[in-house]
Amino acid sequence: MPATASATETSQLTGAQVIVKALQDQGVELIFGYPGGAVLPLYDVLFQQDKIRHILVRHEQAAVHAAEGYARSTGKVGVVLVTSGPGATNTVTGLTDALMDSTPIVCLTGQVPTHMIGNDAFQEADTVGITRPCTKHNYLVKRPEDLARIIHEAFHVARSGRPGPVVVDLPKNIQTGKAPYVGPEAVRLRGYRPRREPDLARVEEAIELLLRAQRPIFYVGGGVINAGPTACTLLTELVRATGAPITLTLMGLGAYPASDPQFLGMLGMHGTYEANMAMYECDLMLAIGARFDDRVTGRLDGFSPRSKKVHVDIDPSSINKNVVVDVPIVGDAELALLAMLDCFRRRANEHDPERLTGWWRQIEKWRAVDSLRFRQESRAIKPQTAIKRLWEKTRDRDVYVTTDVGQHQMWAAQHFKFDKPMRWLTSGGLGTMGFGFPAAIGVQLAHPEATVLCISGDASFVMNMQELSTAIQYRLPVKTFILNNEYMGMVRQWQDFFHGSRRAESYMAALPDFVKLAEAFGAVGLRASRIEELDPVIDAALAADKPVIVDVVVEKMENVYPMIPGGCAHNEIKLSPEDDGPHEPISEEGMVLV
Amino acid sequence: MKANEEEQRHTIVVLVDNEPGVLARVIGLFSGRGYNIDSLTVAEVDKERGLSRINIVTSGTRVVIEQIKALLAKLVPVHKVQDLTVEGPAVERELALVKVVGDRERLIQALRIADFMHARLVDSRPDSLIFEVTGTSDELDAFIALVEPVEVSRAGVVAIARGPKALVPDRG
Repeated sequence: MPATASATETSQLTGAQVIVKALQDQGVELIFGYPGGAVLPLYDVLFQQDKIRHILVRHEQAAVHAAEGYARSTGKVGVVLVTSGPGATNTVTGLTDALMDSTPIVCLTGQVPTHMIGNDAFQEADTVGITRPCTKHNYLVKRPEDLARIIHEAFHVARSGRPGPVVVDLPKNIQTGKAPYVGPEAVRLRGYRPRREPDLARVEEAIELLLRAQRPIFYVGGGVINAGPTACTLLTELVRATGAPITLTLMGLGAYPASDPQFLGMLGMHGTYEANMAMYECDLMLAIGARFDDRVTGRLDGFSPRSKKVHVDIDPSSINKNVVVDVPIVGDAELALLAMLDCFRRRANEHDPERLTGWWRQIEKWRAVDSLRFRQESRAIKPQTAIKRLWEKTRDRDVYVTTDVGQHQMWAAQHFKFDKPMRWLTSGGLGTMGFGFPAAIGVQLAHPEATVLCISGDASFVMNMQELSTAIQYRLPVKTFILNNEYMGMVRQWQDFFHGSRRAESYMAALPDFVKLAEAFGAVGLRASRIEELDPVIDAALAADKPVIVDVVVEKMENVYPMIPGGCAHNEIKLSPEDDGPHEPISEEGMVLV
Repeated sequence: MKANEEEQRHTIVVLVDNEPGVLARVIGLFSGRGYNIDSLTVAEVDKERGLSRINIVTSGTRVVIEQIKALLAKLVPVHKVQDLTVEGPAVERELALVKVVGDRERLIQALRIADFMHARLVDSRPDSLIFEVTGTSDELDAFIALVEPVEVSRAGVVAIARGPKALVPDRG
């Protein structure tokens, strides 16, 4: 397709036609949306073309999560289209989720005609005002001549630098009026130039530290996954070449193969003992594409107190935000890793793998604690068992996993092992219950042949269960496993630990019968209540070519371990209840933490 | 990071595209994260290229000031961020209109103060005077304290670095 159409060809286009043409030129294949009065002209144009497929969700929040699922499993920009007013306000949670987890989204919102803006018109909301703090950038298109350029800019901003959501608010008269078309090369962002090339002197400094370190560790986050599969390959090469241990954040799982012995598991509040202890005791921390989140660091003044810290990040404002580092490197993770690997190989003769022997001996002692152990003793299904079996039974498949938020999310992060990036999709930063199921829909649409699992909880699933209808409409064989303990499990766990077991409102009374619920929508409903039912039910779910809801009735009072309570440092990690006795009260400072 | 580290006053200059919402983005960044704005001025400075200049006086610890600058630079319509307090030396000026009301004796007293503090008389009535005063914020504070006005309108701090180097956007 030519980058710009000739003037005669384009002078007759309406704004809506210009928007759709711009989306086509951006290579958009799928749009997740919900129509309404303020976007009817756009829907009319979408209806009359077949390059872009529109997926009708059942709630606009789900449109954004589905687009996130699409984006994070493909590396492309996810596109959302909603109407004005409630259509736009319903996207706010999804947009905030995408902002926190650095997911590239372009969200097109309808708006009342320009002459009615500010009149409290029907279905009017100040969309750019409301979404300003929850987007990377947003636009209100007021002049037809800006329209095409702004659409292209939105894609450029969403995918470049630290990716994020961009809203384009489109008044109805801009869609109906004539507008000129310009191609993607028209992007004119004079002040926006994210730095990609790392400072090579700093890279040299980092490798110098690495060559001398006795107890190094790589601490890697979702930024490396966002940088692309090549960045993950380079990371794996670098970590293997150095022989150092690596831990991944919740968002980083899959960036390095979980089956590799140098991988210590996830770190942080529910991370492994060996990962957290190694972070505490290391003398050099190489943080790459990770942002020192409070769930990772624990109490800041007890965070890795004796280490030198190198931090590679594309976002300069992520550096020195929570933790002051010694060697900051602003740049794209792929380019930084390439430079680090080059530098390391150039100085390979200075590398003495023997010097890490003591460090690994210590790590193996921590590893021997086996902090993720659990005992499947009775016939009641342990949630960890369910995850473990699910992983074991899908190991030879092309599998993607989404989750919701809470205990099931942590168990999935601990017990489902990912060897490849972009296979694990979870709401890390915002912690959005209701993310998993619509995200799985987005993943399945992007990867029709793959096995897409949504690991959810009873409370989370009902937050976006209306999307069963979407899954049925588009014949998406997403397999949802609800770890059903009839509680908001993580809320109940915190109430039991820190609030005298007063389980205020955390019991999920009046839950639906999930099997019947699935059937009501036309999906397959299955249930496993006893351990012997688990494997057959997993097999049946995987064999189905329709959406499946599996109600996995799990042991209700199981808690997530290990756990670093709020306000504690990595070395104050609590292991399983039998080692621990009753929970001592945590500090006042810790109590205020979320 | 020391939470009890001393707060410092910084004058930060931001060159932005003069487009709707840009000021809201800058202000929202401060309010959304609980940072202080002590003074803020905005005006278009380059009509041809559509550029505005925002002068912000803020206070915070070293880490907070670094965060503020990084977050400002991240905004899409922002071209340049300069911390005049760090990258100084710089000239800082503020303008105020100061209304003094009172009897003849009081007004004569105010005129005398204005004279030695280089304030300009811009409006004169039998029972009131308005002075225009420019200078550093401290100088303005001193003048206002002396004349005991009934009303003050201050423009906020404008600032510029000394020397031949100019703050201009990158080409494009």
